[in-house]
Amino acid sequence: MSEATTQAVSQDGMTGMVDDWSADRQAYHVPWGKAMMWIFLVSDTFIFSCFLIGYLNVRVTTTDPWPPQSEIFALSFGGDPIPLILIAIMTFVLITSSGTMALAVNFGYQKDKAKTFLLICITAAFGATFVGMQAFEWSKLIAEGVRPWGNPFGAPQFGSVFFMVTGFHGLHVTGGVIYLLWVALRVKRGYYDNKGYEIVEIAGLYWHFVDLVWVFIFAFFYLL
Amino acid sequence: MASAEGQQHPLGIYYKIWILLFVLSGFSYAVDYFEVQGAMRWGLVIFFMLLKAGFIIAIFMHVVWERLALVFTILGPPTVLLLFIGLMAFEGAYTEETRFNYRGHDRNAVALGPSDIHHDEHAEEATH
Repeated sequence: MSEATTQAVSQDGMTGMVDDWSADRQAYHVPWGKAMMWIFLVSDTFIFSCFLIGYLNVRVTTTDPWPPQSEIFALSFGGDPIPLILIAIMTFVLITSSGTMALAVNFGYQKDKAKTFLLICITAAFGATFVGMQAFEWSKLIAEGVRPWGNPFGAPQFGSVFFMVTGFHGLHVTGGVIYLLWVALRVKRGYYDNKGYEIVEIAGLYWHFVDLVWVFIFAFFYLL
Repeated sequence: MASAEGQQHPLGIYYKIWILLFVLSGFSYAVDYFEVQGAMRWGLVIFFMLLKAGFIIAIFMHVVWERLALVFTILGPPTVLLLFIGLMAFEGAYTEETRFNYRGHDRNAVALGPSDIHHDEHAEEATH
């Protein structure tokens, strides 16, 4: 595999791209697992884009007023409710986990098993925290009467879109946590010493994608 | 560049982007906190969102260091999707206008917040 990936990588830029795409044997000079992860992520982008298309269309076409998210997602710690504070913390948690994952990838390539294992586990822990906070947010919303078919605040589409999109994202995070723990365990056991540590980078790609989707959700579903 | 050895870069750049992502998230949160409204709100939030997305894709996901063959595979289809998203949102405005003009929907309907609803409950309790 490594021979195939290093052969014929001659030029960069547009000429290199034409060479790659017109190559007889191999278009992408990366490990196959990484190419496949990217293909998967692009297809996942299509799914989330479908949600975004549907959401924006429904949001614009509905003549019922859209519920005020800033107030609905406010949380009070004894005093006045702070708008969107839980979402801000969730964003903070997810970005932090993305950072620890980037470090894990780096230490993986340095074959520092102990640090890689620890950093992946920290990343997974942040991910689990995120899902926990999401569960809390859901139960709070459900208690306030928000349902997929209606809510007391305004446009009924709010609930359906919200549960659909954050639910799907939460499922991705949950899957990611399991995937990361599996990779972490294998790192610790030295499974990748011979195979190479690209797998940590590939798992990292997935994790950063989950963070990336959250960037869009944070903007479109909470702030706008 | 990308090779079988994988992506290895100095840690410094990750720390910088990490901090930058926090700062940008702070900015978009500030847009809500200071209650910027209307086109300015949409513009700012989407601007910060695209910046954050760009940095995550470019640095954390290493796309800026990949060969163009892979970069275009990754970024090409989503670019077309952005156009699709824009088109459908644009088309939605027409549908909404039609509903206002021909289906008698209320143009001035106002959304309720949790405080309005809880306030009503207390008012009801008071009358009982």
